[in-house]
Amino acid sequence: MKSLEELMKIREQMKDKVAIRNGSGDIRVVVGMATCGISAGARPVLNTFVEEVTNAGLADKVTVTQTGCIGICQYEPVVEIFEDGKEKVTYVKMDADKAKRIVKEHLEGGKPVEEYTIGNTNL
Amino acid sequence: MKELSLYILDITMNSVRAGAKNIGITLTEKDHVLDMYITDNGCGMTAEQVEKLSNPFFTTRTTRKVGLGVPFLRMLAEMTGGSVTITSVHESVGKDHGTEVHATFHTDHIDFVPLGNIVETVITLIQGSPDVDFVFIHETEVGQVRLSIPEIRQILGEDIPLSSFEVLEWIKGYLSEQYAALQ
Repeated sequence: MKSLEELMKIREQMKDKVAIRNGSGDIRVVVGMATCGISAGARPVLNTFVEEVTNAGLADKVTVTQTGCIGICQYEPVVEIFEDGKEKVTYVKMDADKAKRIVKEHLEGGKPVEEYTIGNTNL
Repeated sequence: MKELSLYILDITMNSVRAGAKNIGITLTEKDHVLDMYITDNGCGMTAEQVEKLSNPFFTTRTTRKVGLGVPFLRMLAEMTGGSVTITSVHESVGKDHGTEVHATFHTDHIDFVPLGNIVETVITLIQGSPDVDFVFIHETEVGQVRLSIPEIRQILGEDIPLSSFEVLEWIKGYLSEQYAALQ
């Protein structure tokens, strides 16, 4: 059973880490989580980003956040990636598998996955 | 939407956007009736706003002109023979402002959708709003699942964000184990 002692251990382990993480966030992954996003499947997309970013060791560089309706509901789930000095990348019709690939190729490798971007989607 | 937990996520987002600091999500199941309460101390709504809520063409956002969250919930509840009641006190009225959404579902009705991944819904809410004090309670005839963010925050201290992956994973395990114990 998960115990509160375990939570205290997490606290001890994280004390030092937090300081490093707070000063960062060069890349922002923003997931649309309004009714349109949620009903189209944004929840697993968000949680996959959170998980994969951590697994890839990118948590000090990449922040995953949520936002409301972006205004292009028919393209949901929509994910926007903001990076200093670069143009915003908008991914549409997202799912968990696409999220995994974006973490690997875009966030880790620095190369956006063109075929999932809004400009390359036929609707 | 295919899971009740997605409706819960959607409706709770309204509380988040209303600037609530405390949000309670309570589910009680008894005799094939599921009661869902989502309560918050956000900015609340005026009587006029509450009345307009079930109209899909009412929304406070500006990015689109329709708001489907509450109409969706009402449709699901009524399809199962249940109902939705919303009470709200607007911040202009007094200090005890906030909103309560109470929905009732008949779980043995063919149109009821399964609860689905409620743990993921709770995790998603905490990830998105680490500063909100969520209290989640799910009571069934077998037992209770409970998560109190104020209690967790007390143990973690103020420095460690609730949205940290390690904390979210712990909460996920904590809830999943409580659900497993109900089986």
